[in-house]
Amino acid sequence: MELLYSSCVGLLVACGVFLILRARTFPVVLGLTMLSYAVNLFLFASGRLTMNKAAVLGFSDGYADPLPQALVLTAIVIGFAMTAFVVILAIRGRADLGNDHVNGSEVTTSSRNVGSQRKEQSKA
Amino acid sequence: MTQHLTSLPVLLPMLAAIFMLMPPCGKNLRARRIVSVGMGVITTVASAILLLMTQEHGTSVYAIGNWSAPFGIVLIADPLSALLVTLTSFLGLVCGLYSCAGDDERGSFFHPLLHFLVLGVNGAFLTGDAFNLFVFFEVLLIASYSLLMHGGDKRNTRAALQYVILNLVGSSVFLIALGILYGTLGTLNMADMAQKVTQLQGDDVYLAKIGGLLLLVVFALKGALLPLHLWLPNTYSTAMPVVAALFAIMTKVGVYSMMRVYTLIFGEEAGELSHMAQNWLWWLAIATIVMGAIGVLASQDLRKMVANLVVVSVGTLVALVAVQTVQSSAAAIYYLVHSTLVSAALFLLADLIARQRGKVADRITAGRPVSQPLLLGGAFLVAAVAVIGMPPLSGFVGKVWILRSTLDAPYGNWFWLVYLVASLAILVSVSKAGSTVFWHQTGKGDSEQERAHPAQLCAVMLLVLCTPLMVIFAGPLSEYALLAAQELHDFTGLLQDVLGGVN
Repeated sequence: MELLYSSCVGLLVACGVFLILRARTFPVVLGLTMLSYAVNLFLFASGRLTMNKAAVLGFSDGYADPLPQALVLTAIVIGFAMTAFVVILAIRGRADLGNDHVNGSEVTTSSRNVGSQRKEQSKA
Repeated sequence: MTQHLTSLPVLLPMLAAIFMLMPPCGKNLRARRIVSVGMGVITTVASAILLLMTQEHGTSVYAIGNWSAPFGIVLIADPLSALLVTLTSFLGLVCGLYSCAGDDERGSFFHPLLHFLVLGVNGAFLTGDAFNLFVFFEVLLIASYSLLMHGGDKRNTRAALQYVILNLVGSSVFLIALGILYGTLGTLNMADMAQKVTQLQGDDVYLAKIGGLLLLVVFALKGALLPLHLWLPNTYSTAMPVVAALFAIMTKVGVYSMMRVYTLIFGEEAGELSHMAQNWLWWLAIATIVMGAIGVLASQDLRKMVANLVVVSVGTLVALVAVQTVQSSAAAIYYLVHSTLVSAALFLLADLIARQRGKVADRITAGRPVSQPLLLGGAFLVAAVAVIGMPPLSGFVGKVWILRSTLDAPYGNWFWLVYLVASLAILVSVSKAGSTVFWHQTGKGDSEQERAHPAQLCAVMLLVLCTPLMVIFAGPLSEYALLAAQELHDFTGLLQDVLGGVN
């Protein structure tokens, strides 16, 4: 189980980092979400992985560490709020900057032309 | 009542912010302003009382919900955190006052967000629990995201997008670091962590080291240490000046967290892990000073220059954190207060100057004269002298203290060289900026030019006057800084205070 669990975390982090480095707002948002899933799983594992144990004393023969569960809960709530914010910000960025690049400008020439065309259209 | 005093700097801004969102103030800007400034005053007074109390009776520990230390979350008010909380509350009050002149009309919810930011920063300074530190970081960050967008334009959206994404990645790294540390140490209470670090064995030592260094990455990001400082000049110079002035405290949260983590948890007593980040911090700090100074020289407008000055001050502070002696920490504490107040004052002054110069705004070129040259010029002169570190103002006291405390540090001569050359660069560019803006004039100002609002002037003067006051009361202040530094380095004392008879 440890191997499966840790490779899940690793895969999620790898995907998340890859998507964030795409530097376009939608992939970046997805990447951040994946990264936060990975982080939540990781936090959960920091209290050791146990099967069929309650997080309350006396409900099973052993007990699972309750603290990481509380930490993950907090982290999920915060992660949701932040993701919601960054989604709204990405939409606004798309509207304000004319494209979805994180830097607000395209690198390639062809897409720059698209941007300027759009500006002209909006002016007209 | 007095035992609850420690929690007031966190609770009061929260109550103020929530109250301002509710019906009586919800739609009424005037009422909201009154409540905002009023609650700002109350928070500042409560923080100041806390400061006096910690000076008299020493560190006070507040267990939230009466759950005692290693299990529950504690708020620790030692002299250092009490001082920083007072500084934050004061800064919040001043920025709230400044924004009453009209900045708060440019978007909704300025005042509640300001109080939420103060809540987050105060909480981060007071908390004694690493995960709770993360939560307060997020509180202050989400308030700062919204404040950054407040009344902004396109340039602002771009900077905000980068800032938000960078900080979200930073938060993930923070959580990973906390997970590693919890996995190895089995606790997240900072004092308990410090105790457990000494008992680590085998591979856990390396794991804890990884966790600690990941924390360093996070704090370096929040504190804008090289190479993670590139977001700062852009973000601070595109934000509304009053927001940037408020943000002057935010980089200090990163520096403060470094002080806590690397002098308490991974400090003297930590065995194999003691001083693990010292070398990193030292060289990165020196490089940050160099980059900041180059940034100051290259700045084309006042706000960008001040943003780069913030980078220089962060570099200086982190170098002092890396030295890790009581003297250097005391110098850092004095300099921290000074640099926060002065950079906030300069941000606000840059805004006033920009408003009065019309189209030229705050670019450092010849333009039409400002309508209140004596007042603004005088304030700018005082702030500039302070920020450069020339006698007789507080920057000079701070600088002498910094140089003296790094005299015996390994590679201290490098720091002297870099710091003095950087100061020269700052001297050149700030004096050039000042003389260009105030003396190099083209055309005449018309009579209908905008004049500064009394609230704005009052706020700026409050900040600018702090500098001479910090010199006049340099004696008691430096004694207090020394006391705070001693408490910061007092490992066993803190353990005793926080954990008491538990272990």
